[in-house]
Amino acid sequence: MVRFEHVGLRYGFGPEVLRDITFRIDARSFQFLTGPSGAGKTSLLRLLFLALRPTRGLVTIFGHDVATLSKDALSTLRRRIGIVFQDFRLLDHMTTFENVALPLRVIGQNEDSYRGEVVELLKWVGLGERISALPPVLSGGEKQRAAIARAVIARPQLLLADEPTGNVDPNLAQRLLRLFLELHKSGTSVVIATHDIALMDQFDARRLVLHEGRLHVYE
Amino acid sequence: MSMSNAAVQGDGGQAESGAPSAEPDRRRRTSPIVPRATISGRSLVGVVAIMTFLASLTAGAVMLVRSAANEWQADIAREVTIQIRAPEAGDAETEVAKTVAITRAFPGVAEVKPYSKDETMRLLEPWLGSGLAFEDLPVPRIVVVRIAAGAAADLAQLRALLREQVPGAVLDDHRGFVARMRAMSGAALIGGIFVLLLVLLATVLSVTFATRAAMATNRPVIEVLHLIGAKDNFIAAHFQKHFLQLGFQGGLIGGGAAIALFACADLASAWFVGTAAGDQFAAMFGTFSIGALGYLAVLAQIGLVAGVTAAASRRTVIRTIETIQ
Repeated sequence: MVRFEHVGLRYGFGPEVLRDITFRIDARSFQFLTGPSGAGKTSLLRLLFLALRPTRGLVTIFGHDVATLSKDALSTLRRRIGIVFQDFRLLDHMTTFENVALPLRVIGQNEDSYRGEVVELLKWVGLGERISALPPVLSGGEKQRAAIARAVIARPQLLLADEPTGNVDPNLAQRLLRLFLELHKSGTSVVIATHDIALMDQFDARRLVLHEGRLHVYE
Repeated sequence: MSMSNAAVQGDGGQAESGAPSAEPDRRRRTSPIVPRATISGRSLVGVVAIMTFLASLTAGAVMLVRSAANEWQADIAREVTIQIRAPEAGDAETEVAKTVAITRAFPGVAEVKPYSKDETMRLLEPWLGSGLAFEDLPVPRIVVVRIAAGAAADLAQLRALLREQVPGAVLDDHRGFVARMRAMSGAALIGGIFVLLLVLLATVLSVTFATRAAMATNRPVIEVLHLIGAKDNFIAAHFQKHFLQLGFQGGLIGGGAAIALFACADLASAWFVGTAAGDQFAAMFGTFSIGALGYLAVLAQIGLVAGVTAAASRRTVIRTIETIQ
């Protein structure tokens, strides 16, 4: 599904923040991406959700070499990837329902065709009573779940989550982890970037460990 | 979603099972992709309105200068003076009468006004003073001829006719003065157009910068749309449409105010026709009307600023997306 071969990344003329990264993400797999602060987790995630292009090396996603794709083709690929941002990035002028439905709206679907599905998903993540609320009045946990719902509404093949439990209490963190496991069971490949060792210890999964820009894979 | 909602229930007690669900309010209109009624959006409308108003005033002023210059030229060109030198032998009055008769009969002439001897003397009083015996001076006589509006009198033929029948008559069509007038009004018009171009340039620049400033607050929206798979054209089209509306709104306020101002001035000058102030204004600015062309210029400026606003927003979206990657 995703293949990185000898990938390097630098910003401008600075030092390489990612060096010689080689790994694969298989379909229906589940992995944690971890490492100390500044190790390059967010940069690797940005490469994975096509917000960055590598300085060197080969990145193929869903069988496509990203270096050769047009802008429109990259946008089409992004629709197969769900992203949960660390800072949620919900749009404040839209309701929870509209934020979650946004990926369907941008691909031109009519509200009548997705209303039921979005409402069902919001209930599933525990936001059934917050459908018409605007993000500024949601709690941190509610925003987190809305961000996750938005990431999965279009049934992505790959789900990337950046510190999804960083802003929530341990109870909610456990619930969110169970949610990701449910998604994994339903066929989505999941990559969770986290510092939270306790969270990783709860589930025996593959670990991608970044250290000083290099990646070590523990199957 | 076919997954059970057990995943997020339990511990926290935030279960939804059995709870009355809140459906999205169908009466509520779907929020637009681009946030509306923002402070930066309102500021942009203000900037666009002010700049359109100033540009419209400048365009109107140029139109006024143009029409006033045309009217001055037309007025002067419509008036012709015939000077009749005092004959060495014979009666000047006979020469004047002959000139008046020839001129009146000439096609295209609307009015012929001979200045009597007393009137001619009074014309000279400011230079020579009163109380002098003018009788002995060979003072030339003047006949003022007004050409009918829209008529093209053949002045060369009239000049030849007079030279033949009234040897002392000299026709002056003010050609030199008209040429100077044309040069002066042409320079005023070029100056006006130059100022108008500068104001338009300032309008385009300030509207562009104001649009970019308003767009800066929308960067998070562009980023999210981009990262969830919206194509560049989809994002740009939404912003372009929104900013085109803002541009039109501001343009209509500023341009509309300018049109109202010119229309009021037009009406006011019509009311004051015949009064001393009205005559003075008419002498300076003609009819004080910017005409259909002026109103068209204002409408074109409204379209221009709206277009500039939309184009600037599109460019900013594309540039923002490029910086994300």
